[in-house]
Amino acid sequence: MVARILVACGNGIATSTVVASKIKSFLADKNITVETTQTKLMEVPSKIENYDLLVTTGQFEGKTHNVPYVHGLPILTGVGAESTLNEIYNVIKDK
Amino acid sequence: MVVDLTLDKNLFLTHLDAEDNLDALGKIADNLYNYNYVEKNYRQAVLEREEDYPTGLPSHWPIVAIPHAAYKLVKKTTISVATLSHPVKFHDMGDVNNILDVDVIIMMAIGQPHGQVEMLQKIVSVIQDDSLRNKIFNAHNSTELYQLFNELFK
Repeated sequence: MVARILVACGNGIATSTVVASKIKSFLADKNITVETTQTKLMEVPSKIENYDLLVTTGQFEGKTHNVPYVHGLPILTGVGAESTLNEIYNVIKDK
Repeated sequence: MVVDLTLDKNLFLTHLDAEDNLDALGKIADNLYNYNYVEKNYRQAVLEREEDYPTGLPSHWPIVAIPHAAYKLVKKTTISVATLSHPVKFHDMGDVNNILDVDVIIMMAIGQPHGQVEMLQKIVSVIQDDSLRNKIFNAHNSTELYQLFNELFK
């Protein structure tokens, strides 16, 4: 089954686009295909239950309903990007 | 990587004087409106968005913010860049309790619902490149600033 990742930022158009594409290419290098959906942070609570992982660029303090959560800003700034991507890999690899 | 994006020299501002971050955002958004890239209420949308979801990005000096707002208010996708005569405070996108002294604002006017991945990746590369951020901050005038981004997007 293809793992599904919900990627959220303020508007669901800008930083989530970059982060989603970096996650996809990082995992593709490890032969893992994932489906990413971009959304607004505000819409996370209503969508989260259908996903295997939540990644956000902005601060997120809402409920994740037991869905694993990774803070994705390091993927954008580059500082700590590798370890963040590995954290995502570790969540996704067993899905 | 080819980016389908027209850069307009009129949207590259150096040594912008601003009282605070909202003042800076208002001036940049007004300029985008004056050159017909966004609707009039883009300004308000950017300001509101900044309050709800801040766009300061932590890095070494000089620090960049990447404000933007709803795609429906954008007539034509572009970016506007301003270097500031003195830094203004933005909240950190990833941790709103963290305050950043921002020196460079890259306002993205994105007219598509899911962004333009190449353009966004280029902008992110600026955030990750200390030397380029220094060059941007030190641009003497709008022509120099424009040329740096023209080179980046080529």
